[in-house]
Amino acid sequence: MNSDAKPATFLLDGEEVPFGEGQTVIQAALAAGHYIPHLCYHPEFKPHGSCKVCTVEVNGRTTAACTTPVHAGMEVANQTAMLNRERQTLVQMLFIEGNHFCPSCEKSGNCLLQAVAYDLQIMSSELDHLFPNRPVDASHPDILLDFNRCILCELCVRASREIDGKNVFALSGRGITKHLIVNAESRRLADTDIAVTDKAMEVCPVGVILRKRVGFNVPIGDRRFDERPVSAQALEDAPRHPAARNEGPTT
Amino acid sequence: MIQERAGLDRIIERWHGESTALLQILREAQEIDGWLPPATVTYLAQALDLPRARVEGVAGFYSFLHLQPAGRYRVLFSDNITDRMAGNLELLEMFCTSLWLERGKGSEDGLVLADTTSCTGMCDQGPAVLVNGWAIPRMTAARVEQIVELIRAGAPVEQWPAELFHIEDNIHRRDILLGSTLEAGAAIRAALSRTLPDSTIPAAQQGALATLEAIKESNLRGRGGAGFLTGLKWEACRNAAGHTHYVVCNADEGEPGTFKDRVLLNSHADLVLEGMTVCAHVVGAQQGYIYLRGEYRHLLAPLQEVLARRRAAGLLGTGICGQAGFDFDIEIHLGAGAYVCGEESALIESLEGKRGVPRNRPPYPVTHGYLQQPTVVNNVETFCAAALIALHGDAWYRGIGTARSAGSKILSVSGDCARPGIYEYPFGVTVEQVLEDCGAKRTQAVQISGPSGVCIDSAEFGRRIAFEDLPTAGAFMVFDEARDIFDVALNFTHFFAHESCGFCTPCRVGTTLLCNVIDKIDRGKGSQHDINQVFRLSRLLQASSHCGLGHTACNPLLDSIKRFRPTYERRLESLEYEPAFDLDGALERARAMTGRDDAGAHLGVTDEQ
Repeated sequence: MNSDAKPATFLLDGEEVPFGEGQTVIQAALAAGHYIPHLCYHPEFKPHGSCKVCTVEVNGRTTAACTTPVHAGMEVANQTAMLNRERQTLVQMLFIEGNHFCPSCEKSGNCLLQAVAYDLQIMSSELDHLFPNRPVDASHPDILLDFNRCILCELCVRASREIDGKNVFALSGRGITKHLIVNAESRRLADTDIAVTDKAMEVCPVGVILRKRVGFNVPIGDRRFDERPVSAQALEDAPRHPAARNEGPTT
Repeated sequence: MIQERAGLDRIIERWHGESTALLQILREAQEIDGWLPPATVTYLAQALDLPRARVEGVAGFYSFLHLQPAGRYRVLFSDNITDRMAGNLELLEMFCTSLWLERGKGSEDGLVLADTTSCTGMCDQGPAVLVNGWAIPRMTAARVEQIVELIRAGAPVEQWPAELFHIEDNIHRRDILLGSTLEAGAAIRAALSRTLPDSTIPAAQQGALATLEAIKESNLRGRGGAGFLTGLKWEACRNAAGHTHYVVCNADEGEPGTFKDRVLLNSHADLVLEGMTVCAHVVGAQQGYIYLRGEYRHLLAPLQEVLARRRAAGLLGTGICGQAGFDFDIEIHLGAGAYVCGEESALIESLEGKRGVPRNRPPYPVTHGYLQQPTVVNNVETFCAAALIALHGDAWYRGIGTARSAGSKILSVSGDCARPGIYEYPFGVTVEQVLEDCGAKRTQAVQISGPSGVCIDSAEFGRRIAFEDLPTAGAFMVFDEARDIFDVALNFTHFFAHESCGFCTPCRVGTTLLCNVIDKIDRGKGSQHDINQVFRLSRLLQASSHCGLGHTACNPLLDSIKRFRPTYERRLESLEYEPAFDLDGALERARAMTGRDDAGAHLGVTDEQ
């Protein structure tokens, strides 16, 4: 191939965006600084496309941006009124499916669900709440699991399996009863081999997996999404080099 | 516990300790206690070298596996709309009352659990139940009493009277498939001896390539509903790189109202297996699987006998029909109550011993299927047709049916008609004709292809069963004028919510919200807002769901609102919902006090308008 050739591009909302070999739409968009709303996508993991918040229109057909490979010349619509309306409903669905009380949640300001909701200008939940009964697991001395906030993105499942090599988390149930479980006959986190240094501890986009006693070390107001909206932080979620994987935030 | 472990070890050994057989192992392990106690899950996880949470996660996915004590007798009443029309809920209530049970909860003594389950494929002889997985059709009050007595007496299900479990084929019209009297091995031998005009192709490949050509030229399309061209699928699999190729028969006939595969597997198993073997020859597969829905457990032993007979006759195993190098065998896996496993990639996941969640596509199973190897997944009926094409040729097959839909289609007819059962027609038959043949009178509507298909009214009975008009996987449910189509939509909407795998947000939450909406209307509390909500959810599910289940989950509601609107309007509290309290009007005084009357001083118009 001619090394002088222009990098291959696709069209994102009419703008030419370069992409690399093997990238999906969301990976290419984020790497170029273009934000596509998303929740279950994480730059260090293989996309699996369950939240559907990143749904875009590719050549007129809707598809999840995180799992759709880019091709040269592909036309992708991202910021359209219709797509954002649908994203609003998807995020509202995640809110009413669990029990989310932002004012009393220690993840507030660092929570991706909350940040995406603000960014999509969601003003209310609109839909009727399901109010599921999801007991918390406080068995572990250093870690709290609050399943009420789980959005079933499977990031902890993937991190524990692929990076920590532990399989602390998995999903059970089906449909609306699908839920996160831990790898212990007692069904208590204390009886798993999780460690506070695990990757699974840091990937939760919401407030399910929490370290005890550090929740308010950073005051509300000084947190990630307090400073800038999530849409202004596209590059933070751009694909990272595998070597950068274990450089999570040190606490 | 030691005894239990010995039992578990035997099960694991029978499945060679393969983690891909996890679902099969869990099914059999459940036989020991009637459920899967935590210690059993832990033991199996250790023995199979799997994370415990993964084993629990798989067990938690399937309706027929229980992680809570479920009872020595698990009695599940099939809950398709046709079962309801035949009074299944009344019989369930009678059963519960007789045994002092609460529906869905095991009895305190650990004896019985009674509940409903999705359509068990006995619609022509319903209402039906499953007792510990064994199907009992034609339930009546007398049969409920009989079962109650057997349970009270503690009789093991294996010792219950055989006539309870007798299932009819009810074939009322035969065409090329059901009328075939194929001699076992004839289609395979025909495939092996096919030749191409091009003599430069090595003789050893002539048969496979010529058969592939015949399948392609026949225009055979998949009978599972999607209608993909079978020849293209086989060709893509044959040409796909991979160290092993697989042939999978999709016998997970879960679409409510469909039961033709049950009949094919019961009375034409050779034809099915013949088609699979021909396919194996074409794509170069050595291993095949039949994924048989758990509801058809009664077919497992007979099918295994047919497999054994074919092995003995040299039609399975090594050197099939004396052809050196043609090695192929078939294993049967049972499902465990999950409609979504009828989707081919979910079926493959289940076959690998995982939760039946549809995969991201591409890649497709033809290149990355079972164990990431090239795999053909075809419907039972498709394999039957392929066998006949191998035998009689493509021109013969194309001559049957319509120009765009070659061959025949087997319909599973149920509901309000004199002769429910199996009807095979050449493609192109009108709905009217089928209704006449099955003895349907004063028909109001027909549900074609099950809940994921389409509900048509009498104005459309001139339409034809064909890919170009009314494509169908086979279900044909008849509703006469006495039925309320709202009840049909209610039943189907709950079906989809129960069967959603829960992987993607729109389907997981959306199907539940749809249930809430239709239940609200059912309670007489609905309004126009709720109808609008259905349209809104429908757009979202169609645009963003992960698989066909989510894409079609709104169809029953949409179809019935479109064609049978009065049944909804009768139920709505008010047609154009107007709350009694006028919020904007209440601000009038504030506007007057501030001297404002601009847009900002009024409450916004909702986007519903």
